[in-house]
Amino acid sequence: MTQPTTRTAPAPRGPGRRPSVLLSKAGVTAMLGLAALYTLLPMLWLVLSSTKSRQDLFATNGFAPGDDFALLDNLQYLFEADNGIFLRWLLNTVLYAGVGALLATVFSVAAGYAFDKLDFPGKERIFSLVLLGVMVPGTAMAIPLYLIAAEAGLVNSFWGVFIPGLVFPFGVYLARVFSASYVPGEVLEAARVDGAGEFRTFCRIALPMVAPGFVTIFLFQFTQIWNSFFLPLVMLSDEELFPVNLGLYVWYSSALSQGHPQDYLLAIVGSLVSVVPLVVLFLMLQRFWKSGMTAGAVK
Amino acid sequence: MTSPSARAQRRTAALLLAPFFVLFTAVTIAPLVYAGWMSLFTTRTSGLGFGGAEEVFAGVDNYVQALSDPAFRGGFVTIAAYVAVYIPVMIGGALVLALLLDTALAKARAFFQLALFLPHAVPGLIAALIWVYLYTPGLSPVTDFLASGGLDIDFLSADNAVFSAANIAVWEWIGYNMVIFYAALQAVPGETLDAAKIDGAGGIRTALSIKVPMIRPAIALAVLFTVIGSVQLFTEPKVIYSASSSIGSSWTPNMFVQTAAFTHNNFGLAAAASLLIALFAAVLSFLVTRFSRSRSKP
Repeated sequence: MTQPTTRTAPAPRGPGRRPSVLLSKAGVTAMLGLAALYTLLPMLWLVLSSTKSRQDLFATNGFAPGDDFALLDNLQYLFEADNGIFLRWLLNTVLYAGVGALLATVFSVAAGYAFDKLDFPGKERIFSLVLLGVMVPGTAMAIPLYLIAAEAGLVNSFWGVFIPGLVFPFGVYLARVFSASYVPGEVLEAARVDGAGEFRTFCRIALPMVAPGFVTIFLFQFTQIWNSFFLPLVMLSDEELFPVNLGLYVWYSSALSQGHPQDYLLAIVGSLVSVVPLVVLFLMLQRFWKSGMTAGAVK
Repeated sequence: MTSPSARAQRRTAALLLAPFFVLFTAVTIAPLVYAGWMSLFTTRTSGLGFGGAEEVFAGVDNYVQALSDPAFRGGFVTIAAYVAVYIPVMIGGALVLALLLDTALAKARAFFQLALFLPHAVPGLIAALIWVYLYTPGLSPVTDFLASGGLDIDFLSADNAVFSAANIAVWEWIGYNMVIFYAALQAVPGETLDAAKIDGAGGIRTALSIKVPMIRPAIALAVLFTVIGSVQLFTEPKVIYSASSSIGSSWTPNMFVQTAAFTHNNFGLAAAASLLIALFAAVLSFLVTRFSRSRSKP
């Protein structure tokens, strides 16, 4: 390493060169603190509101605790409402997002590895198809998917929402990047020399090496499916098939349109219950998020 | 000539690519082609509507109808206004926060990254629900607080809908993009920054003339993804709309599509409009990519 040249005479300091108050450590911390208030206060509101009784929800300050601590009552009410349909929605969401993202990740990693490590004709042209898939806006696909699902008889069925979640073009792109950085070519050469089959090499050698990338891709697709709203909204009419998102929206709309104020509380407590697993997942798996977010940016 | 090993590689590649591409064909290519076909037809009711409806070939009529419909065009005007508010605030804000984080105390960095990113773990629909409550007078501590200071802002009015929707998106994405920019800033070589310091450049000067230009590719990519996301605006206004009904049912292009399909049962028009939205997003991303490439060349 070359040492940066040190000068004995400091550069002349103009009037603007003095560290300003804003850039002092305290100033920086204060500004970041303000931004953190903006991001955290709405979440605090959600947590506090979930612990309030119906009266307190409207009568007490949103950023202060209520007079009664009604969280347990609210949870009981949430899971008993409409014959316990909320649990059904949670379960559906776990299937749509959990199982769907798991399969989508397996398919993405397999394809990304093939694009990175294997030789086949027309490779880059086929890959540009994947990139095109990344560019197609997801919500613009909702009506085309609805139309073709209607043709296939899959409207208002589990599969109408589940199958579209199995495809994640950005995951293929990420998997190719991860395969290039995690799986050294020499290891594969050695395996080939030893006479291991290509598919065996992928399963036994490459797959364990891209495991961190696997988690990252899974997380991305998992949150994407958990987030999706337009597609289930157009695809599903049977409440038994709803993901949590859609169910909460229905409760919220009925609170508005039919004046069921108890549904306000249901939407709030339900939101908290469905956000908690996502926040926990994120906190536990922070580094996997970051590697996925920045893998796109460095390219 | 193909060696056995080359053949084995092709076979394995086909095997590994097959699941993705079969499904990709089924849920992306086939629906797009089918929607393209459907968009060429329109439902015509014969006589007084007693004779039943029939599908008739309409050529590009649905596209002409969508493009000449003030409601559909209005949706793109909404998006333009939304982008004009949202992108400078969110990308600019994320950039400033990343630069601040870059100079913050080491201990504070981990906390602030987490605190600012956290809203991104909240699904868009729930974020919209939270904020609609925070916008609703009587329920919201924010409006109460502002009203006590003499500021009566109706966040749910049509005039403020662009700002109210943009704020929800800023809340969700500012931390996400800050983390990306911050990671890119870590790759700026220390020697460059040392040299700037020796030359007497202050913190703000270094940030503007060295750090920001060096992470321009990351910024361009963030703008690209943000634009594609903005064109799809649906969830936030859908929730705001059900609370206030002030913005109409075709406020964004996607809302127009939903109304055309499920209120008017005009699937040909909805398909045409969907494809126009996809095309618009593709052209926009092409332009942004082009623009950032030509700018980043020395």
